[in-house]
Amino acid sequence: MSCSRRDFLKDSTGAAFVSALPLSAFTFLTTDEAKAAVGEATVRWGYLVDTTKCVGCGMCVKACKNENEIPYDAPVTRTWVERYVVTKDGKSHADSPLGGRDGFTTDKIRDEEINPADITKAYFVPKLCNQCDNPACVQVCPVGATYQTNDGVVLVDREWCIGCGYCIMACPYGVRFFHPDHKVADKCNFCYHRITKGMMPACVESCAFGARRLANLRDPDDPVTKLITTERVAVLKDEYGTKPHVFYIGLDANVR
Amino acid sequence: MTEEIIVHGAEWTIKELFVYPNEFIYWSIQIVMYPYMTGLVAGAFVLSSLYHVFGQKDLKEIAQFSLVFSLALLPVAALPLLLHLQQPLRAMEPLLTPHFTSAIAAFGIVFTTYALIVISEIWFVYREYFVHQLEALEGAPGFWNAQRRIAYRMMTFGARDVSEDAVRVDHKAAKILAGIGIPVACFLHGYAGFIFGSVKANALWMSPLMPVIFIMSAVVSGIALCMLTYIVIMEWTAFRRRKSNGGVSAVEIKGVEHDVIDQATKYLLGFLVAAITLELLDLIFRGYTAMKSWDILREAMFVNDFTKIFVLQYTLGNLVPLILLLLPGRTIKRTVLALLLVLFGVFMMRWNVVIGGQAFSLSFDGFMHYHIPIIPHSLETFKEGLFGALAVIATPFALFWLINKFVPSLRRDIGEA
Repeated sequence: MSCSRRDFLKDSTGAAFVSALPLSAFTFLTTDEAKAAVGEATVRWGYLVDTTKCVGCGMCVKACKNENEIPYDAPVTRTWVERYVVTKDGKSHADSPLGGRDGFTTDKIRDEEINPADITKAYFVPKLCNQCDNPACVQVCPVGATYQTNDGVVLVDREWCIGCGYCIMACPYGVRFFHPDHKVADKCNFCYHRITKGMMPACVESCAFGARRLANLRDPDDPVTKLITTERVAVLKDEYGTKPHVFYIGLDANVR
Repeated sequence: MTEEIIVHGAEWTIKELFVYPNEFIYWSIQIVMYPYMTGLVAGAFVLSSLYHVFGQKDLKEIAQFSLVFSLALLPVAALPLLLHLQQPLRAMEPLLTPHFTSAIAAFGIVFTTYALIVISEIWFVYREYFVHQLEALEGAPGFWNAQRRIAYRMMTFGARDVSEDAVRVDHKAAKILAGIGIPVACFLHGYAGFIFGSVKANALWMSPLMPVIFIMSAVVSGIALCMLTYIVIMEWTAFRRRKSNGGVSAVEIKGVEHDVIDQATKYLLGFLVAAITLELLDLIFRGYTAMKSWDILREAMFVNDFTKIFVLQYTLGNLVPLILLLLPGRTIKRTVLALLLVLFGVFMMRWNVVIGGQAFSLSFDGFMHYHIPIIPHSLETFKEGLFGALAVIATPFALFWLINKFVPSLRRDIGEA
């Protein structure tokens, strides 16, 4: 067999072009093009947490674990409740044993006894995925397995996630984890399977105190949307530019 | 509970103070190995290119060797990522459905481009040798000779023209490829730095200096490993010559070895100083600007990880080898010690970035401590434990042994440019 280098290069370049030709049938859509194809949604899910109403019972965490099949005893959870105790010396003591699943049954914070006379304020703060408008987790997913729906909720495709953990690293709120059974990234999705059928998320349903509520931010008549637009609400860690969509009433400066 | 729940990260993470429930050390030893191995690849290639492109004649001896060694290191840059994935069977997805806003999505493309450049450069450098081998093996008896002939025939790709003109074109092509290879090698590794530097949620990682720091330390570690392996091989060759009563040629080999190492050391020192300067600049800048995260960073770095960062990385891994290499009357033994320390220092730098970046909570109010699994009791504790890391370290040497059988990187008569 004889083949000059020139022929070899010529033929292999040709072969590369021919084999790449079918690829031209695919087109990449920009985010705007994709949005235009799907159409503007009439729903943008948001969430309101009234920290002044939360008593730290942990029913929401229990309900979430059961509803979303997150192994009950695994130390990971889609939603959790944090307890903050601020003392006279200005120090803030926080904990969230088992994500607050079983409530807060002891006065001790991580084995530390706090004198009740020293406490200036104490409160509970439920946390969950913020369903950001500019989600860092979606940006960094190398395969597009996590994505934002047109009603604002960020979902994970369990069939396509490669389990690299980049989204877990990218989330400033620590809401993501690896599902112990499925071995893929997992997170709160406002119980997407429920809210798209007109039901409430499990945590909202199970909260006896009305501390957790779901809102359709595109509906001006939605009572929770009205609260968000008229009350003084805050969001967590807005310095990251993620535009979180879980709003808090009574958010203290000590909340992390 | 009858079934054991395996939560990724829970095995090796110890939490202290207030840490969010879902936080664990998710990126463990294999993600330390990934930038370390990629750095070695990039560094080895840059060293070889210094000769091929810029005509640094003093590096000729080691250039050939580094080029082939960077090929042996290449598959190992991707291996840690594969071992780390929770779904390793889906490893090809970043190539099939790349999501280009993610830094990781580019890995397949950058890595493949770089691999093609390295392989084709080696081909152009060694094509003449392949053809000569093929001719020499023509009609040689024996099963293994027949196998080798087939291998060499495939490696020539049918291009058997070894006229002076053809060989000149080969060398020109190799030079061009080496030239393109430098930015690509830097990109391959700078991009590994970008993966970390662009994580805005992580107070330690987020820095535009990260890619540059990664490139500098990559070149340092690549040069150090090439020098070290070169010394070991040359010492071994000289030892064997002496055994077979070739005393003169053994002395000759030692002489060549000294010259090569002297020259390579100069480049190593240059890059080492650049790397240390950038790292210290980053640290000083963080302290001076004292953003919200500085309180927790300071405690993590100066209290919890003081030994790992300031004793093991900066002192033992940077300062001591710098002094060892600069003091006059440097011997091969002292150089070997310095090189080992340099390699250790760069490893500790990777460790302190990857593990150190996860050593404090997103709450800025708690810490996480990493305990590397030593004795594996499951696939996960093997993959992401000491033995998984050792497997990654050992692979390039096994590959080099194999590649070197066909592409003799240490023969001085091949690939004259």
